[in-house]
Amino acid sequence: MTYILNNPDVILRLTGQHLYMTLTALVISLAIALPLSLLLLRSERLANGVLGLLGVLYTIPSIALLILLLPVFGLNQKSVIVALIIYTQVILVRNMVVGMKGVPAYILEAAKGVGMSGWQSWRRVQLPLAMPVIIAGLRIAIIVAIAIATIGAKFGAGGLGTLLFDGIAQNRYDKIVAGSVVVVLVAILLNRLLITAERHYQKRHGS
Amino acid sequence: MSAIRFENVSKQFANVGHTAVADATFAVAEGSFVVLLGPSGCGKTTLLKMVNRLIEPTSGVIYLDGQDSRAVDATTLRRQIGYVIQQIGLFPHMTVAENVAIVPDLLKWSKEDIAARVDEMLALVDLPPAQYRDRYPAQLSGGQQQRVGVARALAGDPKVILMDEPFGAVDAITRIGLQDALLQLQRRLHKTILFVTHDVEEALRLADKMVVMKDGRVHQYDTPFNILKNPANDFVRELVGADDMVRQLGLIRVEAAMQPLPPDFTHNGQPTIPQDSSLRQALSLLLGDGVTTLVVTDGAEPVGVLTLRQIQRYRE
Repeated sequence: MTYILNNPDVILRLTGQHLYMTLTALVISLAIALPLSLLLLRSERLANGVLGLLGVLYTIPSIALLILLLPVFGLNQKSVIVALIIYTQVILVRNMVVGMKGVPAYILEAAKGVGMSGWQSWRRVQLPLAMPVIIAGLRIAIIVAIAIATIGAKFGAGGLGTLLFDGIAQNRYDKIVAGSVVVVLVAILLNRLLITAERHYQKRHGS
Repeated sequence: MSAIRFENVSKQFANVGHTAVADATFAVAEGSFVVLLGPSGCGKTTLLKMVNRLIEPTSGVIYLDGQDSRAVDATTLRRQIGYVIQQIGLFPHMTVAENVAIVPDLLKWSKEDIAARVDEMLALVDLPPAQYRDRYPAQLSGGQQQRVGVARALAGDPKVILMDEPFGAVDAITRIGLQDALLQLQRRLHKTILFVTHDVEEALRLADKMVVMKDGRVHQYDTPFNILKNPANDFVRELVGADDMVRQLGLIRVEAAMQPLPPDFTHNGQPTIPQDSSLRQALSLLLGDGVTTLVVTDGAEPVGVLTLRQIQRYRE
């Protein structure tokens, strides 16, 4: 704890790097997952295939995946961000597909029946109703991303993992504790933020 | 001009052996309440959904106000037609007001017009706006939800309203209340209503005319009374219970069977019955009170008399 108080600049810099990697990866991941899940909604077979493939990618150990990405993206944040995109993809896509499929057919038919276009029906009815499930996926994805991003320190990407790896190398227990505590705090904070968003959508259901 | 005209309309779904709707031809007069009646799988819902083009016919044409329904874009068409379904289909993430506002909003009405229209519609279906406007569907009873469903269908001021077993999911008492409310609304609004049900009692209660269907075919299209009196075939006879005399009496108004007041008439205590009651109600009163004569009234004024003999004679 004293390490955190004595080195606020270091903590702040590393947290900034960590958040930068995580959030960049999530934004890109969402941008890929949304159109992908819309595509998968159209074909059950395609959905099973793609979700299966993403699931296989998810099971690759993170260090192994990063080593595979290094020759392509180099020893920097890029490799880590790409790895995070790959890991979070399956979580985001699965929740989007499940969430949108979970909207009862009769509600979508009602939307069509009152004269909504395909886009209006998706934007005004299907997406908002799927939102709680999508946000639940986003919560898991963020926690997974924050955790995996710590390994980035080993590959020159910086982030809060730096404290952990330095601590192990230098036998500095205080660094390890500091790194762990801040990682956990960041995860809890982002999770809380999304829980609030989730509640907002659930309240709108009147339940 | 008829509001809706079906001309040789057929629907054959891919991968299904039988024809969903076969060669339906009939016209629905403007302002009339037409019920599509038949057992499940008879094609009545398919026929209904072809009107707002949720299903496209395989062959044949549906004319709305004399115009081929395919002449306009399907979403534009649907905004001009009210639509109520059994599962109600209210959007659970929107308030009652937002649900009712959907069609006016899609039609790009102004905010003030929409707000005024929402309150008008809620009042129309007996849901005080101040109390219900901001509630979510989950906070309403089934009957209240269906009233909102009806308000939503009426909000865009459509001439035609399609109702697909709208009261199928509510309990019997609520259903009768909703039927009464719908009849009262219809007396004021004179919409053209197409109403799908498999419930014979409901059909007889609501319909100006009934379309009796089975296996995709229209077996008879007539007023409830004519269908009961002259069923087209055994299927229709059995479905509507044409042999049930009491049921038929339920559809005949007292004034049709009564005798004018005799010149020497004096009202000395006989039970009275309003002239727009049914003969079934009259019969029930006769049997219940153990009298032989009823006095028929228009308001408070006696206008005729009715005896058991006249009810019998009218049946023949």
